[in-house]
Amino acid sequence: MLARASQRLLQIRQAFRQLPQASRSFSTALNYHIDSPDNNPDLPWEFTDANKEKVKEIISHYPSNYKQSAVIPLLDLAQQQHGGWLPVSAMDHVAKIIEVAPIRVYEVATFYSMFNRTKVGKYHLLVCGTTPCMIRGSREIEDALLKHLGVKRNEVTKDGLFSVGEMECMGCCVNAPMITVADYSSGSEGYTYNYYEDVTPKRVVEIVEALRRGEKPPRGTQNPKRINSGPEGGNTTLLGEPKAPPCRDLDAC
Amino acid sequence: MGLGQLASRALLRSTRLAASKPHHLLLRRAVVSTPELHNSEAAAVEAQPEPDLPKRTPVAGARVHFPNPDDAIEVFVDGYPVKIPKGMTVLQACVIAGVDIPRFCYHDRLSIAGNCRMCLVEVEKSPKPVASCAMPALPGMKIKTDTPLAKKAREGVMEFLLMNHPLDCPICDQGGECDLQDQSMAFGSDRGRFTETKRSVVDKNLGPLVKTVMTRCIQCTRCVRFASEIAGVQDLGMLGRGSGEEIGTYVEKLMTSELSGNVIDICPVGALTSKPFAFKARNWELKGTESIDVTDAVGSNIRIDSRGPEVMRIVPRLNEDINEEWISDKTRFFYDGLKRQRLNDPMIRGADGRFKAVSWRDALAVVAEVIHQVRPQEIVGVAGKLSDAESMMALKDFLNKMGSNNIWCEGNGPSPNADLRSGYIMNTSISGLEKADVFLLVGTQPRVEAAMVNARIRKTVRATNAKVGYVGPSADFNYDHEHLGTGPETLTELAEGRHPFCSALSNAKNPAIIIGAGIFGRKDKDAIFSVVEAIAKNVNAVRPDWNGLNVLLLNAAQAAALDLGLVPESDKSIESAKFIYLMGADDENVDKLPDDAFVVYQGHHGDRGVYRANVILPASAFTEKEGTYANTEGCAQTTVPAVPTVGDARDDWKIIRALSEVAGVPLPYNTLSGIRSRIGIVAPNLLHVDEREPAAFSSAFLRPEVKDKPDKTPFERAVDNFYMTDSITRASKIMAQCSALLSKK
Repeated sequence: MLARASQRLLQIRQAFRQLPQASRSFSTALNYHIDSPDNNPDLPWEFTDANKEKVKEIISHYPSNYKQSAVIPLLDLAQQQHGGWLPVSAMDHVAKIIEVAPIRVYEVATFYSMFNRTKVGKYHLLVCGTTPCMIRGSREIEDALLKHLGVKRNEVTKDGLFSVGEMECMGCCVNAPMITVADYSSGSEGYTYNYYEDVTPKRVVEIVEALRRGEKPPRGTQNPKRINSGPEGGNTTLLGEPKAPPCRDLDAC
Repeated sequence: MGLGQLASRALLRSTRLAASKPHHLLLRRAVVSTPELHNSEAAAVEAQPEPDLPKRTPVAGARVHFPNPDDAIEVFVDGYPVKIPKGMTVLQACVIAGVDIPRFCYHDRLSIAGNCRMCLVEVEKSPKPVASCAMPALPGMKIKTDTPLAKKAREGVMEFLLMNHPLDCPICDQGGECDLQDQSMAFGSDRGRFTETKRSVVDKNLGPLVKTVMTRCIQCTRCVRFASEIAGVQDLGMLGRGSGEEIGTYVEKLMTSELSGNVIDICPVGALTSKPFAFKARNWELKGTESIDVTDAVGSNIRIDSRGPEVMRIVPRLNEDINEEWISDKTRFFYDGLKRQRLNDPMIRGADGRFKAVSWRDALAVVAEVIHQVRPQEIVGVAGKLSDAESMMALKDFLNKMGSNNIWCEGNGPSPNADLRSGYIMNTSISGLEKADVFLLVGTQPRVEAAMVNARIRKTVRATNAKVGYVGPSADFNYDHEHLGTGPETLTELAEGRHPFCSALSNAKNPAIIIGAGIFGRKDKDAIFSVVEAIAKNVNAVRPDWNGLNVLLLNAAQAAALDLGLVPESDKSIESAKFIYLMGADDENVDKLPDDAFVVYQGHHGDRGVYRANVILPASAFTEKEGTYANTEGCAQTTVPAVPTVGDARDDWKIIRALSEVAGVPLPYNTLSGIRSRIGIVAPNLLHVDEREPAAFSSAFLRPEVKDKPDKTPFERAVDNFYMTDSITRASKIMAQCSALLSKK
């Protein structure tokens, strides 16, 4: 009995030694709001006139007694309009439009990590950190970005242009590693959300510099030898026209 | 740890479980069975139950109600057949069958969340364990609650729940009455495999009543559902996701509900606990006394938890007809007022204007001497808001014997109409309000006047979309309502059918009209009543099968006082009084008293009443005496002494009995049963304790006709500050904090 207990103690000690519990990093920000000069409920917030039309259009997609279904598209629109993040007054405004209590909107905005509740850069760079990308070197990609921009994760550069965050799988594993650039530089009209795939630490820095110059680097795979998600150097299989499916002769039935 | 070791441990545990099983069943079988209680039909159909399966009783005496007998289905719980109505969940079926399923998120009175997974059971032909709280029972379902699979599932869920739960039971106020503690003892493992650090969560500030230790939270969302469904304040929410998930308000916000204290009871762990009760006592040190609340006219059923001579806390008691299982914050937290500003000794005001403590003998002698020096019509008695029926009976008998009939209860106004009981009680009954489909609130703000009645109205509005029309000053409601107007002219419009709300009222099947007791103080009270009765007649609100004409009283003493006929002879009696007996009456306007009037204040708190008093007679509070109270629906209930009284105080009726002896007009009863048999002659309904006695005749048909029209003055608020309405709540520090922080200005 004593031997087992001491063995268990040893195991626990070992577990602690192996896992340095520095800090658990969560991709999401704080789950509560702290008043600040640029983010407090007293600040006025309105949709722009152009976006008011869009709001009407979005709400028209849902039955009039289920207005609250529009919460995610409206929050997204508000985020695009407000330079990539949602101040608490914008959430309150959305709550007013869809006629629910503000807390019901806060619940949604805190749940989805793509809603930013703190300031982000005009170009918000999101590095995929999920297993396939991680195996293909997403850590190095992130390190390269952070080092180049001189910021920490979720921190905005001094000029307000860039911020780097982490995202979970964006469905681009075949072209791993990848980053996403959310472009809030020209409001909700010019908003883009582009994938840059097959990136290397060198290439991401080039992309950042191109963005800084105001260029729009081509999205998609950054490997010149690939077309979309096809294999490097051209197709190796499925070279001819695929055969028509058998037994789908509808006239025969 | 090696794989082999794990396997051997698992094996060990399963054999242990198997070994303990027969013992467990044996215990359960010892329960006495009363089959007719739970499934009489099933018993009738199956005259011969399976011989090897002894009957079980439903958990906590749960009853099955079949709205439609054809909809009954039969399921099997651990082999026992039970008949249940269609639409019940598996968990409810198990409860009927006498199996208590462990649960955290499920609560009878809240919507189903199904997120704690503690209620997993095995259902035959189902590939996985089933969350019984969210699964509807289907005919012929074979539910197994005691199988290794169900046990393993519970143990696994419990291990996950405890992963992030701190091990601070020794410093947790929920310790001893914690669902997580109890269920981990019953269903959990003796060890966990989690070696990482536990998460920690920032505590929230929900106000002066609810203390939060959010690290203990297990995210059952009961409080979120309670706040949005029952209390009607959409403040709490579930923020974040995954392991970062937490309960909160996001923006800094206090929980401004009059029912917020109930989240303390529904929280299955120690995340939400009582702030005033924090670190004061352990629940096993407390003596529970089942009593009733007297801070409003609802008469909520409460349990007074005391330690020695001190009331430590007040918690609700289940009563489906009155307060269900909730109580208002005033009921729950005013108890610290019982320890402050108490009157300990009989006192006489000396020539220098200061009070001097004297003996009972001296105090009573002085009062008896003075009362004989004034003329009988100059004697006035006022019963306070918190008076019980016994003391009001004794006071009335005593003053009648002295030749005066100027006695009333404060709040009932200068000329109360006590002739017809239906004219001052809630005829629909509180639980009957659930059947109403249109409400008309006349000069009453139920949210501050009677929070539990308001909760019932809200429940009805939520369940059936009942319409609510309100006539009175602008007020705070936590359900949809139409503000029809502020004064009696709106009522006249309604009575004459000129108001748009009339169509809603006349189309209603069961309209409920609620008149606030605040209008008792108005001069045109009879005219208003006759207008409201005209509305009731127009919309057919009073029928043999439905009486929708209600009065919502404000104070605990009001109904019993009117039952006992505490009606003053003249409404100007206070201006000519020479001797006034205030029995706990603090809100009576004593400024109008002549300067040479002699004021006796008998009560338990040094409140407004004592400023003008010449003699103080200390009485016991409702937690210290046995007394009968009738609530606003006319249900008589009794308080039970929970703690000894303070100092030299005595029960109210005993003081009056002693005074009558000293004054030479002894009352003919010496005991509580004696005084109750006297009450039985005057108002027999007050002796039918815990039974609501409906009023026999409707006042609408017997009242004399009123010729004059109501005047134009708009209705006023009857209760300004929900948290401070009587002498005990005004003495309470917690209530003072609440009214400073939470009352809406």
